[in-house]
This record gives sequence, structure tokens and C-alpha cells, in this order.
Amino acid sequence: MKNVSKIIPCYAADSSGVCSALYELGGMTVVHDASGCNSTYSTHDEPRWTKMKSNIFISALTELDAIMGNDDKFIADVVSAAHDKQPAFIALCGSPMPMMTGFDYDAVALEIEAQSGIKTIPLHTNGTRSYIEGASEALLEVVKAYAQPCEKRDNAVNVLGLTPLDFPLGTDTAIKKWLADNGFECVCTLAMGDSLDNIKAMPSAKVSLVVSYSGFAAAQYLKDTYGIPIVCGVPLGCEYPCDLAGALFWAMEHNEDYFYSAVHQSGGDTVIIGESVFASSLACALESDRRGRATVISTLPTDERILAQGDVCLSAEEDIEKYLQDYKPACVIADPLYKYIVPKETAFLNLPHFAFSGRCYERHFTNVIDRRLQEILR
Amino acid sequence: MSVTNTPDRPSFVKIADADINGIFPSGLEYNPPARGMWNIVHTGMLVPEAHEIFACAQGCLRGVILTAAEMFELDRLSWISVSEEDMFDGTLESDIIDGVCEIIEKLGHRPPVVLLYLSCIHLFAGVDFDVIIGELSAKYPDIHFVDCYMTPTMRTTVSPVMKMSSQIYGALQPLPLDKKCVAIVGNDRATDEDSELVRIIRENGFTLYDIAYCKTFEEYLQMAKAAVNISYIPTGVLAGDELKERFGGEHIHIPFSCDFDTIEENYKTLCDTLGVDMPDFEEDKKAALQSLKNAKAIIGDTPIAIDYTAVTRPFELARLLCEQGFDVRYVVADSAGAEPQAFEWLKINRPELLIYSPVNVNMLEMPDEPHEDILAIGQKAAYYFASDRFVNIIVNGGYYGFSGIRKIADLMTDAYLNKKDRAQLLRLKGMGCASCL
Repeated sequence: MKNVSKIIPCYAADSSGVCSALYELGGMTVVHDASGCNSTYSTHDEPRWTKMKSNIFISALTELDAIMGNDDKFIADVVSAAHDKQPAFIALCGSPMPMMTGFDYDAVALEIEAQSGIKTIPLHTNGTRSYIEGASEALLEVVKAYAQPCEKRDNAVNVLGLTPLDFPLGTDTAIKKWLADNGFECVCTLAMGDSLDNIKAMPSAKVSLVVSYSGFAAAQYLKDTYGIPIVCGVPLGCEYPCDLAGALFWAMEHNEDYFYSAVHQSGGDTVIIGESVFASSLACALESDRRGRATVISTLPTDERILAQGDVCLSAEEDIEKYLQDYKPACVIADPLYKYIVPKETAFLNLPHFAFSGRCYERHFTNVIDRRLQEILR
Repeated sequence: MSVTNTPDRPSFVKIADADINGIFPSGLEYNPPARGMWNIVHTGMLVPEAHEIFACAQGCLRGVILTAAEMFELDRLSWISVSEEDMFDGTLESDIIDGVCEIIEKLGHRPPVVLLYLSCIHLFAGVDFDVIIGELSAKYPDIHFVDCYMTPTMRTTVSPVMKMSSQIYGALQPLPLDKKCVAIVGNDRATDEDSELVRIIRENGFTLYDIAYCKTFEEYLQMAKAAVNISYIPTGVLAGDELKERFGGEHIHIPFSCDFDTIEENYKTLCDTLGVDMPDFEEDKKAALQSLKNAKAIIGDTPIAIDYTAVTRPFELARLLCEQGFDVRYVVADSAGAEPQAFEWLKINRPELLIYSPVNVNMLEMPDEPHEDILAIGQKAAYYFASDRFVNIIVNGGYYGFSGIRKIADLMTDAYLNKKDRAQLLRLKGMGCASCL
């Protein structure tokens, strides 16, 4: 069965994706949930929880309120907390129980905004989807809400899809440095090390660099609304970062999208398992650094243009396990908790992914941007 | 909306102004990073050789899976994810049954017991758990299937922790009751061997069972022989009651207490039930008082904060410490229902004592606010008052009775003299369990 797992974990859920995406933007995020979402998110999905304060709360939904449809309590509680916290905005998202009761996020957001006078953004999570979907909607809606038309700046780049669920803390600094070293100006690193002011200025960019699929919907909005082309890719390894910088220049010059994570040739004796933009960028980096070809197993929602022909989208434990058995790769690169379903004779290179193994390998996280592959893969 | 500096819902209240029937109004909740308390995964792992299977949405699965991963028990937990469509397509029960069967077939071994956890949405949708357990039991007669519940939405009806503390005995089968066998039930850790409770049981020739002692499923099954089941944690009451109903033994609830009279009454109940003489506790009382005196001599007038995760009766501990001259200024708790006398005593004798909500949204900034040097008892108190001087226990730490008070007093002294690595200790989930962190 596709929804059964004997041993490997599941990825962080959509509500965690929302919280992670909005963490640093000065808002107040409320997850409509009884309990559990808060401790799961703050323990396993959020490395900033003890380092940086953020107004992220749950509604503490009870059985009686769920059955009686007591949305007034939720509204009153959010308005009360907003009074105390004075956030820049309020975001609402939810868990499985509100899904069961048909909670109307849009209507409730309007009511809260009317009562509090604070912009309120409804996000339609239900705890049954992946963090990519939650973060994607959150980033899209926050860009829609705050991006303002402004004058274009030369070589200005937006980075989208940057959250600690996919990248170690500090990646924003590393990616800004890489951009600066290559002659770019970074407008925004949505949403790590960033602010609403930077989001307002996003339309001034001449290209959007999508580093995880979480950022794709927001980048598409910026393209549709402000004509900013999209480049997908993560600067990994020795050669690929230079090529990716070239792709950014090309996209700016031609005002066309460039899915530069898809330029590798699928195949070879290596399989990379993970998030699509990162995993396919890593495949590109392997190829550019003459370490052979790789096939990507994208385990999360994506757009097929991000992957190379021959890469596959699989999410169920049984499907990934069978694919690996049939493929017989010499080497698999993945989060260490995938090791349980990798054939014993296959070499395994650890690449911890916070959205998968949480804190288990936290001490092994290291900056990956613009670094040699032998420093990243162990 | 008008903006004032006064919080709409303050995070603290003077005990003099507090209503024991509802200290704080409910509202949005903050989750402090103090992770020592156990969850239902940790508790389920107490059943030797058990395999846990969770059927729920991805958001709910995530926390339980990584709980198991961090405690090196990932191979004892599997899952079935539930989508929105699954809830409405009429396959609620069959999906779970099929998923469990697939997992069992893939395990490569037959666990003697499977703990099957369903979630809020299943109960809300009217799942027939009996049918699921019945069909699985018929297909795998060599496996005990136990219905378990990850149902935080229903926490005000039956708390998931209390229910889980009971369900871990669900695989026990009737055995002839043995009058010389006693079990302590409902705890997540063994009771301190030095406690008068354990001494009375052992010194009178009784065999003491506790799930925390059990290393094999066979040992676990022997617990059904206990003629007397003892609970002393509030969340253990249901376990004792249900064991009494299933197997016919006695259940006595002798709650952890910091009140000397209550402790003595508890021991009288125990001795009467076991049919043994009541020991003389004068030396134990003296030792407890002496430890408190020693602690006071060292800690002096350092302000003290106590939280509800450290001890199940924080207001009783506050009263005891105040009576012994300590300066207890803060209690972090949102209820005091089981200890009205201590609450009322503090209202009258320490009206300025502040009660802090453990979850109020305005607690978010509290660790960053300036604090006097505090001796904290409990992880949440340590976190909120940003103190490295703290007693690192949860749920009474396995301590009980006069010896328990003596040991907690000794831990206070040690906490005052020896600072701890707060950040590292508070991040570990399930105090006492293995951790990969």
C-alpha cells in the first residue's frame, strides 16, 4: 500500500511548512489544532525554536468546540493574542480536525482581520500533506500580500524556497555571499534571514532563483505579475555554481525561465533521494565535477520540468525500495534514515535532510552552498 | 483594535486572586522547548517486544515517528498515513486492517503484541475500532492487538496520557491471582527502591511487579497475577481501575503527596490492603525534615519556582517548602484540582505567590526577561526563569513518600550547588529514555 511504511519516517507536514516559511517575518501564525502540531513542529521541524522567538501558536481545539463548531472561540482567542502581540500580520492554518469539521479559513480570516485590524492570511493546510505544499502556499500568499511594484535593479536576484526544513541555518548568508561573488545583488532570501521589507522589494529583481519547490509557486506569481523569469537550482560543488550563475545571467538577458536543475543526464550508478530542486542540482553537480551521472528520486511534490528525463517521482516506502532493488545502484545519496530500505550491498552517502530526519542528525548539518562535494557528502 | 500595554490575557496571576476552578482562561497556546515529559510513544515502548503502529495524518505521524527515531526504536514503529479522501470513501476500517496486515507481513518477525493507535479524526468519523481489532485478532491469533488512542482533541474527556497508561496493560491475560504479588501501575518509571512504599512491599515478602522492570513479554504477562494494583500518579488511576475490572484484583490509589498526613494515610491504606503491620515512620519523617533543613541552610532565601511537570502536586510541594522557610515565589501550573488544601493554604499564607500559565502566549518572551537568580524545580520552570540551577525531574522522578521528600530536598541542594547544562538537558525527549541527540 502506498500509504504504509514499515520503518522510514514521513516528511514534515504542511502546517510545519507554513510555520517554517513565515517564522522570521514578524507575523503571528496560528495552527488550528488540539495539541501535538505545536510540539511536533517546535521539536522536530524547527531548529530556530530555542534561538529566535516567533509568534507561532496552536488554538488548543477541544472536542466540544469541534463538535459544536465553536469558531467564535477561535476568533476571540486569536484576536486576544493579536492584541498582546501586535504582529505584522496573522496567518491561519490547520490540522486534520478542522478538515473534518469543514472549518472555513477564508471566512474566519476576514472576521479576525475585521476585529483586529491586522492583515490576516488564510492558509489551507490540513495536516495530511507535505511541508512543501504548506510552505509553498505560505510563501505565495505572503508575496501576493506584500510585494509592491518598484523599479528594476541591475543583476538583482530573489531567492525563493529557503527554509530550515531544506537548508541548514546560515544558508541565507552563504547564498548571499555566493550571489555577491558572482556579481548579483540579492533582494530577498525567502524566507530565511529575511523581512517583509525585502518581500515588498521583490518585484525589483530581474530573476528569481528557486532553491526548493516550496518557492516555486511564489516565483511563478512574480513571473506572471512582474515578468520575473525563474531559474531553478542550488549552487553545489565546484563547477555547477559557476554554471548556475551563468544560467541566472542568461535568464535575465533573455527574460526566460531556465530550469537549470534539469540539465544533468539521468542514469549512471548513483541514485539521489530527496527534494526535487536540491536532489537534481546535486545530480548536476556530480556530473559537472566529473563524479558520474545520477538518477534522482523526487520524494516530494514537484514540477516535472525541475527534473531531468529519466528521474522519477516516488513517495511510498515500497515503491522506493522496489525501485532501488531493480536499479541496483552502486551508491545512494540520501538522508540517513533512508538507509533502512537501501540494498545492503549498496554504498550509502549521508545527506541529512531536516524535513525528514529532524534533529536526529542535526549535528552533522553543514553549509552546502558553493562547497566541494567531498565536503558535503560523507 | 485599541493597543495598550496591558495584556488581554495575562500569563500570571497572584494566588490570592486565583480561582482554583479555572486559574487561566483557555486561549492560544505556546509550546516551550522543555522536552522531558513522555508521550504515548515512549509509554508504549514500555511493553516489551511490542510493535507500535500509528494510523493518522502526516502531521500527527511526524512527531511519533521521530520520537521513536531519537530513542533508537524506529524498528519498533510503523505507520499508515491517512489522507482526506480516506476519511470519506467508506474504507476507513479496511484501509487500517490492510495496512496493519501489510506491515506485519513485512516485519520479518511476529511481535507478541501490536499497539494500534488511531487518531482524533478516526473517532470523529465514527470508526469501528472493535471490528478492526476483531479482524486482526482472527487473522493473527498469535498476536495481541491493543487499541490505543492518539486523540488530543478528546483530552478533556479522557487524556491520551491517562488512556495510554492504561492500554499498556491491554495485552495481559487472566492468571490466577497471587496474594503475595503486588503491582505498581500507571507509571512511566520504576518507583525508587528506597521509598517506604517499595520497602513495605518487599520487606513483607511480596513480589513487586512494575512494567518498568519487565524486559521480556513473558515477564510482562506475569503482572496479571497481582492481587493488588497500586497507582499513585493521577494518570495511573484508569490503569488500576481497568485492571481491577478485568482481573478482579484490588486497586488502591495512594496519590503522591508532599503532605505528611496524606503520606501516612496512604501507607495505612497500603498496609491495611496488604494485611501487614504499619511501620513506624518517625525516622523517615525526621530524615525528610533534616534534608529540607540542610537544603534551606544552603539555598537560603533564593527564590524558588516549581512547575507541574516536576511533581504531580506542585502546590503541596510549595506549601511544604514554605512551611520549612523556603522562599517559594512562583508555581508554573494551570490547575490545582487535586490539591485544594495546599492551594487554599498558600492563598492565605503566601498571597503574593505568582502562578504562571505553562502555555499562555505571553510566556514566549519570558525567558528573555530579567530574572532574579531562581532555583527551579522542573524543566518548564528552568526554561521560563532561565535558570541553570534546576532539579531535573519529571512526574516526581520515581520518588514517593517521606524518602521522596528527602531525595527531592537533596536534589534541590545539588541543583543549587551545581549548575546544569540547561539547553542540552531540556532538549532531550522522554527523560530516562535513550536519545541520539
